[in-house]
Amino acid sequence: MTRAAPKRRPTALPDATGLELAAQRVRDALDDAAVVGTSYHREQAMLEVAPARVHDVLEHLRDHDDEPYGFLASLHGCDYLPSEPRLGVHYQLLSMQRRERLGVKTRLGTDEPVVPTVTDLFPTADFQEREVYDFFGVVFDGHPDMRRILMPEDYEGHPQRRDFPIGGEPVLFTFNEHKLPRWYD
Amino acid sequence: MTDGLDTPYREREESISLGTLGEQPISGTDVDSRPDRETELMTINLGPHHPATHGVLRLLCELEGEVVRDIKPLIGYVHTGIEKSCEDQEYWKAITFVERMDYLAYYFNAQVYCMSVETLLEEEVPPRAQYLRVIHMELNRIASHLFWLGTAALDIGAITMLWWSLRERDLMLDLFEMSSGQRLHTRYFQVGGVFEDIPPGWEAKCRRALDIMPSRLDQYEALLDENEIWLQRTKNTGIVAREELLELGVTGPLLRAAGEPWDLRKAMPYSSYEDFQFRIPVGTVGDNYDRYRVRLVEIRESLKIVEQALDGLPEGPFITSNRKVALPPRHELATSMEALIHHFKLVTEGFRVPPGEAYSAIESPRGELGCYVLADGSAKPSRVHMRDPSFVNLQSLKRMGENSLIADFIACIAMLDPILGGIDR
Repeated sequence: MTRAAPKRRPTALPDATGLELAAQRVRDALDDAAVVGTSYHREQAMLEVAPARVHDVLEHLRDHDDEPYGFLASLHGCDYLPSEPRLGVHYQLLSMQRRERLGVKTRLGTDEPVVPTVTDLFPTADFQEREVYDFFGVVFDGHPDMRRILMPEDYEGHPQRRDFPIGGEPVLFTFNEHKLPRWYD
Repeated sequence: MTDGLDTPYREREESISLGTLGEQPISGTDVDSRPDRETELMTINLGPHHPATHGVLRLLCELEGEVVRDIKPLIGYVHTGIEKSCEDQEYWKAITFVERMDYLAYYFNAQVYCMSVETLLEEEVPPRAQYLRVIHMELNRIASHLFWLGTAALDIGAITMLWWSLRERDLMLDLFEMSSGQRLHTRYFQVGGVFEDIPPGWEAKCRRALDIMPSRLDQYEALLDENEIWLQRTKNTGIVAREELLELGVTGPLLRAAGEPWDLRKAMPYSSYEDFQFRIPVGTVGDNYDRYRVRLVEIRESLKIVEQALDGLPEGPFITSNRKVALPPRHELATSMEALIHHFKLVTEGFRVPPGEAYSAIESPRGELGCYVLADGSAKPSRVHMRDPSFVNLQSLKRMGENSLIADFIACIAMLDPILGGIDR
């Protein structure tokens, strides 16, 4: 029984340099406007891309890059209120061979947020894009089945946006169902 | 549905009786007009309230005779907005919320959420806390797999398995109760460590459970591996190729059963997993039988990890000594003004997390459990998202179940191990 010294984990890859190199490779393969910026925060590499170029960038990173990422681990949305553009869509890429994670994010405003779908590259994005649409109202252009997934189909609003209030949702019972408007439409 | 909307639902409801059918022959009974039963497609709802769907999962199935041709999962019946609720809670209070997502793997939810917050805070977890977390997570993995084993066997008709595996699951729950006071949703993990050290006698009790388990696992195998019904339902059913599973984002035992040795505990170790010797079981065929075998071997490997962690449990603090994050020890409150102030600030306001975003992932019993936390500098998270493995894995159900018998399809749902609390969140 000895008091073990705290271990330092090895630095997760790609590091800041690796991220810049990856961003440069994307710029070279596509064009400079595709990559908006990079951020390296708490050992997490994140590539920010233009909304319209998400599909091109992910296709490059999956198929043509020198250090490819073959697995889409997670796709989720977030709301950066109060900063603009407000909405963000994150793609967490994973390379199982090199054991590296790379985040790709894109930011877009709340009026007509549209991002090209990546379901043709990563079929796993199907449910997750529907979830982002459901909760943030981001439309994925070209998605085969762009419907709500967790909220009821007739629900109004996108509840995970930061300006959507918590609570106040009426609970439906048989005694008050005729008082609640339009639940049966 | 336009008439009589003013009358409440219960009063509008009518049972179908022969009286309402009138003079018309009942559809399908007229021999001449009956469609060819060989080619007729029938659409049925499996669920949402059906014991074989492991929760409130609704599956819209196209059947051709007894063969399932198409499956559409319809989900959201137990969506309770946990992610939204977390945005209204302080960081340390949100742990209680995230634990309720995947309700069989509560330690894992808490761990991945705490990991994300610790990443944002740059907070080191003391070695003893890391080991305690590993012990509890692996016990939780065993409990989760045991529950899966019991319900999966129940779906195929082996009811004894349910009693046996729940009996052994209670060994784990007793341990959880002893260390944290709760059997389920223990809230044992804190940001920066764990809530309390394990009490005296816990280790001995844990070792007794570890001693019992291997012989019990032998019993399960004896019961199932020579059971003709079990073998026929699981062997060579629900096969999906490894490449296809990777495209669908499937992780965990399902992926390993198809031959891909991907386990985050080995590939990207967290919480001191690199200290332990264990193996990653993989399958060769990728059928339901492999999925069952992989999980059963995983239980044995988890037992080994717990044993090693108990043997090598380091001395030291069980939670970080950073008073800005973790509550001070109770005895300090009586003597130290700073401790009192820290305690007051933590309980009333919580701790603030510097702005930033982090994604962490761990290996839950069902695959990669990821947590994305967006911090805006306040004491409450701006966004908490769980990448739940059940939610992503559910997309592979169509590929597993299509063109199989409906009874095999039930086995596929069981082997998928979906937890609807995690899917709907």
